[in-house]
Formats: sequence, C-alpha cells, structure tokens
Amino acid sequence: MKPISVHHAHKSYGAKEAVKGISFEVDEGLLFGLIGPDGAGKTTIFRILTTLLKPDKGEALVLGLDVVDDYRQIRKHVGYMPGRFSLYQDLSVEENVAFFASVFGTTIDANYDLIEPIYSQLEPFKDRLAGALSGGMKQKLALSCALIHKPEVLFLDEPTTGVDAVSRKEFWQMLHRLKEENITILVSTPYMDEAEQCDRVALMQDGQILSIDTPERITKTFHNQLWAIKTENKYQLIQLLRSYEYAESVQPFGEYVHYTDKREEVQAEHIMEYLKSKGVINPTVVAIAPDIEDTFMRLMEQEETYE
Amino acid sequence: MPNEVNNRIQNKIAAFVGFVVKEFKQIYRDKRTLVVLFGMPIIQMLLFGFAIRNEVENANIMVLDASQDQVTQELINKIDASNYFTVVGEIQRYDKIDDLFQKGNIDEVLVFEADFARKLQRGERPSVNVITDASNPNLAQLIQQYSTSIIVDWQQRRSGLPNEQNSGVVANANMLFNPQLKSVNLFVPGLIAVILMLISALMTSISITREKEMGNMEILLVSPLRPAQIIIGKVLPYLVLAFVNVLTVLALAEWVFAVPFRGSYGLFMVESLLFIFTALALGVFISTKANDQQTAMMVALAGLLLPTVLLSGFIFPISSMPWPLQWISNLIPARWFLVIVRSIMLKDSSLLLLWKETLILLVMTLGFIVLSVKNFKVRLE
Repeated sequence: MKPISVHHAHKSYGAKEAVKGISFEVDEGLLFGLIGPDGAGKTTIFRILTTLLKPDKGEALVLGLDVVDDYRQIRKHVGYMPGRFSLYQDLSVEENVAFFASVFGTTIDANYDLIEPIYSQLEPFKDRLAGALSGGMKQKLALSCALIHKPEVLFLDEPTTGVDAVSRKEFWQMLHRLKEENITILVSTPYMDEAEQCDRVALMQDGQILSIDTPERITKTFHNQLWAIKTENKYQLIQLLRSYEYAESVQPFGEYVHYTDKREEVQAEHIMEYLKSKGVINPTVVAIAPDIEDTFMRLMEQEETYE
Repeated sequence: MPNEVNNRIQNKIAAFVGFVVKEFKQIYRDKRTLVVLFGMPIIQMLLFGFAIRNEVENANIMVLDASQDQVTQELINKIDASNYFTVVGEIQRYDKIDDLFQKGNIDEVLVFEADFARKLQRGERPSVNVITDASNPNLAQLIQQYSTSIIVDWQQRRSGLPNEQNSGVVANANMLFNPQLKSVNLFVPGLIAVILMLISALMTSISITREKEMGNMEILLVSPLRPAQIIIGKVLPYLVLAFVNVLTVLALAEWVFAVPFRGSYGLFMVESLLFIFTALALGVFISTKANDQQTAMMVALAGLLLPTVLLSGFIFPISSMPWPLQWISNLIPARWFLVIVRSIMLKDSSLLLLWKETLILLVMTLGFIVLSVKNFKVRLE
C-alpha cells in the first residue's frame, strides 16, 4: 500500500481547471516534492489529499483510504501545514502546540521525542505569542503542531516560502531527520534549488505534471551542452542569442543567460565569435552542468511548443 | 475492548476541553472586544436609563401674557415652579414667536388671551394657546401634555371639584408623573434582548468566521475534531458571557434604577438561557453561510440587530405597525422573548401563561441548530 496515490485527478474552480488529470504515487518513508511556479495547482493537490476538496474526476488515496469516502479516518493520521500561517496568532508558542496536541488526543510530553529537535529551538520563546514570531520561527512552530500527533503522512504546502535562506536550510535538515522516523512527506515549493533536497520530485506546470523522477535523473534528461553566458548588457545579449540561427533555448538566470545550441558539436569559440561579430565586447561563455531549474524551463518550453 | 472505548471518550473530552480553554484565552486576550462585551450592557443600560428618557426636564418657556392680571401671574408661577419647566421671559408681540423658535433656545410659548381673569369670573372659558416646536415631535407632544395638565390641575384646584367638561384632559394628567423609573421599566426587557442578540449571535458568528478567514479552520478540519465539537466549543464561552450580561443588566435595573421585578427569577433565567440559545444558533447559522468576518458582521447587524430593535416591540409597539411589518415581526425571536420577559418582570406570569411564546422560541432554536449542522462544511467547498 502506497501512502499517497493519485489517479487522474481533476479539479476545477468554476471555469478554471486548476488540476488537469494528475497521477502520481509516493512510496513509504519518502520525501516527495511538488515543484512548480505559483498557480501550477500544487495547493489544490494538497487540499485534495488532506480531504479539504473533493476531486471532480479521478481518485486520490491516502494510506489506502479514499479522500472522499474515508475522510474522517485520514484526518486522524495525517499532519498538514497549509501554505499560509494558520496557527492562532493570539496564543503563545506553547499554547498552540498544547492545543493541537489536545485536539489529536495526545499531549506534548507523549510525543516530545519526535518534535524535540524542532521544538527545542522554540522553547526559549515558548511564552511569546505566535503572531510575534519571525517567519522562520513561525514555520518551525507550524511544523511542530503538524507533527505533535505522530502522523504517518505529512503534507507541507510551501513551507519555505517567505523564509530566510538560513531558516530554509534548517527546515530541510529537519525534514531529512523526520524521514528517518519513517514519516512519508509530501512537500511543495516554488524554489527550484530546493528540489535537490527531495528523494523524488514532480515538476508541475499549469495543472499538469511535466515529469516525475529523482532530481538527479531529471537533470540527466537534459542532453545538450548548457552554456552560461555573460556580457555587459544582458538585455541586448538575450535579443542577440534569440535571433541566432542555431539557438535552441535562451533563459535568463540571474546575471547569466543560459543557452543551448542546436548543433551537435559546438565550442565556446563559436558562440563568442558570433557575439563579437555583433559588436559585443568581452563576452564570457562557460560550459556548465544543468540543474533542475534548467530542466524545468526546458520542459516548460516543450510543453508550450507542444500545445 | 471497553478500555479502548474509554480512552477514545477521554480523548474526545480532552479535545473538547482544550478547545474551550483556547476559546476563553482568545476572548480574554482580545481586550478591545472584552471591553465592548462587558462595557456595552452597562453603557446601554445607563444610556437608556438616564439619557434616552421620555420625560421632560427644564423645558424653556416664553410667555406672551396679553392679560397681565393676577390669575395669569398665578398660573405662570405655578408652571415655573414645576421641575419640568423654566419660564425664561416674556414677549409682547405675537410675531416674535417664530423668531424665538428659529433660535432654538425655547421649547414652548404660552399665550394667554386678554382679559383672562375677567372671563374666568364671568364663567367663560378663556383660552391658553400652547405653541411648541414640533420639529422634535415627541418632545413637543410631551411638553404640550405636561403644560396642559398643569393648567388643568390648577383649574381643578380652583374650582374644588373635577370639571365634567374637562374630564378627558384630566385622564391625560394621570398618565404621567413618575418619570425616570417608568421608561426604564419598559426598556429593560428590550435591552436584555438586544444585548443577548448582539453578544450571542454577532460574537459567535464573528468568532467562527475569523477562524475561516485566518485559515485556522483549514487545520481544524484536518483533525479528528467533529463539527459538533467545534460548534459547541465556539458557542459555550459566549453562552457564559451572555449570561453574565443578563445578570449585569438585572443588577443595574434593580439597584440603580429600582425597576420592579415581580415574577420568578428562576423562570426568568431559564427563559433567558433559551433566548441565548436561539441567538447562538442564529450566529452559528450565519457563520456557516458567511466566509469572512465582515460579511458575518453586516448580516448579523442588519439582519438581526435592527429587527430586534425596531420590529420586536422594543421601541415601537407592534400593534401600530402596518400589517406586513406585523407579520414579519412574528419571525423575530426577540418579539416573543420580550413578551415573556415583560410578563415575568411586570406581571409575575407563570410558564402556564407563557408556554406559547416559549414553544415558539424552542422551535426556532431547534430549527436553526438543525440548519447549522446541515450547513456546516466539513470541507473547504
């Protein structure tokens, strides 16, 4: 029995189809990531799996239980952290955890060992109101509350959005620790660099899954050589590369532009020469290994041309 | 396995207790709401008791005395001596009256016709013209009644026996003159209804929709809590608060305004509890329909509070409403509660006399509870 399995799930809000026939399965004890931009349908999938929404078509099973028929059973055994901070801002840190413990028929002490690594960081502030915590602290508190009843499956909807880089890193470390407790975790994020933290990822775009695999394998599907190019004028560079007859894809990435070429054997010099012939002074052209973001962009482009 | 069943029941109770404790803490921490909750009944009580009274005090009077004899002087002095009027001066010309009222400092002008004393001696009935500023019709009417009755009173004393021709006017005079207390007596039951509606319905609907708005409901739904636990947990604290307010209003009525309470306190408490339940059920029902606090507040204020004030018979008597409004007033729980409370407080009625109104409230309450449970969404859609 897979802890999470979704088959051809559809969900529309009025005329807008948010989820268009999605299927995926998550094995026990895995950290599974849904990666995609805002509006890809990640939150809708979370709400279907946490029994908050009924799929229009298709089915979704959590712990082998149907999200529509057996919603009451599922609610006892899963932990859920919504994308928005949803704890009580006017209760203190300790009161929030104690409240959610009592709701699930347990106590802080009974499950302290599970939340200890996270909650211990919050304990110095346990009398502070939740609304007065920093973004990173709020997420730790929300995770503690979602974990307090030892759930078998944990649903974390964009837990690192709006959190500083250090706290994000800490947060992922905690998730890896939880995996060791054999908790199955479904997590979503709009940040591509976090995909590498997952055991498996599903790349999502516009209500569909583009690809499901391990992060390493997904980046390996990127066959072409990838180039990072930098010049003084990034905008001009993008224009030039896009009008280049051999250009396959051109994507701005920070101060660089990521570029792939249609030709089989292409050297950095070829690209340099082209740019210099167009009057660009001192371009930097470096061969790089693709990461998941490049793959995602390429998959998205393919999707668009396919349509 | 009875042990497991025991455990499960214990967990359910613990979850419920945890919920109620949380709810009390949240109410306690929201100081502004707390001040409103406990301050409002007191302020409303004092407002209705002292400020919004149907009695006149120190109305300013101008006199146009065309007669200037001993009799008119006597009458003017008598009016001036009463608590309700102050004679501030005299005018000589009739066309000044308009100007006086325009300035707004004068509430009434008394015009005595010429040869007042002589006409009276001859057995004629000289006239006093009472002119009031009817831009405030209620006040004008009251002042007119008061001054008329003072004059009638003076006349009776003069002749020594009630004048048959004036008997209709005499009845007017008997109606008044135990000011302060009288209007409070009538306001107290209505005030209790308004306060209970406000606290029970408005506050519960706001507090439940707040959980929706803040996203708390999303986590509460993904938990073993059942709708009944959530609803009762939300409602219980307001039941307590509303009941405390009933006691506050009663205490103020008794000790500050000395309103008589002739009936049974026990019956009154039970009926109040019933009405609190009605209002709570209404509040829950609103919150199952509204998705944010603002909607809940608007619906509760416009849909519940206004009718409770205007159509329940609190301020305007139902019998003088046009029939469509009379018909609508039947749907307003406060209307039935008002009948009950007024009967208990002023007439010492027993449940035997009030069973019909009680039954109507009971049916309404059960209806709203059923509707609320049916409408409570166990999902986000």
